[in-house]
Amino acid sequence: MRWDVVWNNFDYLLWGAFPDGPLGGLALSIVLAVAGIFGAFWLGLAVGLLRIAHSRLMRWPAMVYIEVVRGVPLLMLIFWFYFLAPIALGHTLPETWSALIAFIIFTSAYIAEIVRAGVMALPRGQMEAARGTGLTHIQAMRYIILPQALRNMIPSFVNQFVSLTKDTSLAYIIGVLELTRAATQINNRTLVAPTEIFATIAVMYFVICYALTSASRRLEKQLARYQARGR
Amino acid sequence: MNYEFNWGLVLSGEYAEWIVQGVLVTLKISAISIVFSMLLGTIIAVFRLSQIKPLEWFSIAFTEFFRNTPLLVQIFFWYFGSDAVLPKAVNQWLYQQDFEFAAGVIALTVYTSAFIAEEIRSGIFSIPKTQLESSRATGLSFIQAMRYVILPQAFRIIIPPLISQFLNLIKNSSLCMTIGVMELTYMARQIESYTFHGFEAFTVSTLIYLCISLIVSFAVTQYNKYFLRQITW
Repeated sequence: MRWDVVWNNFDYLLWGAFPDGPLGGLALSIVLAVAGIFGAFWLGLAVGLLRIAHSRLMRWPAMVYIEVVRGVPLLMLIFWFYFLAPIALGHTLPETWSALIAFIIFTSAYIAEIVRAGVMALPRGQMEAARGTGLTHIQAMRYIILPQALRNMIPSFVNQFVSLTKDTSLAYIIGVLELTRAATQINNRTLVAPTEIFATIAVMYFVICYALTSASRRLEKQLARYQARGR
Repeated sequence: MNYEFNWGLVLSGEYAEWIVQGVLVTLKISAISIVFSMLLGTIIAVFRLSQIKPLEWFSIAFTEFFRNTPLLVQIFFWYFGSDAVLPKAVNQWLYQQDFEFAAGVIALTVYTSAFIAEEIRSGIFSIPKTQLESSRATGLSFIQAMRYVILPQAFRIIIPPLISQFLNLIKNSSLCMTIGVMELTYMARQIESYTFHGFEAFTVSTLIYLCISLIVSFAVTQYNKYFLRQITW
């Protein structure tokens, strides 16, 4: 076993060439995951609310968006934004941005479904009572339904965050220097310790994702006490 | 935007053949991995439910570890590092086969079986305990009760989530392109780099993935409509 290879390159795995060069490695993976989930939350919330709107004109495009995005491998989406941005925009997009946009689009479709399920899970009476007190539909959504629904959705959001953290590894394919790419570079340079290198980064991903998964499980239990559930 | 579309390029001739070959490889690697991951997933789920503590711990560690690490990393691990973890004889046998394909199957199988094990376990747990108790009270043995009362109900519930795991596997098989398995995404990428007509190649392969997943999710919806209603508790 050649753990010294891993040890000597450990800082490269953690933050790439950071102070002297661009941010990379695990740090970039985390930045991508956090920025991705932030963007996907707002886009997903919008799509999810459209998905449950009364008007078909709003509902159908949202449904098509969700079905299409969920039916395609993330890798394919990344290729779309990487190879086709030049065609659509006339200039190339930095790889990191292509990857980030693909992550946001991909995750937002799943978040939209979570939002829909969360709102549908509330008792109908909540909306009726809110409307009965004189709130408009939008006000009722904003002050009564969404605060309750979003709180119940937190565990699902955390799970989606875990998925995204794992999925950031796919940015490897277009040359973003995140953790998986950094590991492959070290592997190509040293050639003696593939098992050790890939086991190490697997453990790095695991530590983050497992911590989040356990947190979401604990949250789920705590929230279960306050949940208003319908049907 | 000065991009000349050339749909004939990917819809006929050599490149169309590449796409067809890619689809066949995608379906083949997915089908093989689905069969193996069902087997492995069932074993892991049974371990989890067994009374023997070490088996239970092994099963927990297995599912937690493989669910919380990226598939791509697992693919690289099996592809580059299988020497150190698999027995020598197995490795030598694998090298004589199509090694890229085999590494892809191993990675997809292990990754998916962790999810499948959880589905099977939750399916069995979701059947109320009283079902077992009352079937035991009518005189069935434990194994009979499992076989005739619990499992038929459990499987009916978990078929939809299982199928969506299979669908995930089909989509995930696209990651095998990174180690040189010539499946659909690999072929699309290949056409892009040969012809610079990525738009057409990606459109066609995206539509193929989309068709597969729409057909599968339509089937699941129909199943839910007709069969899931029959379960009562």
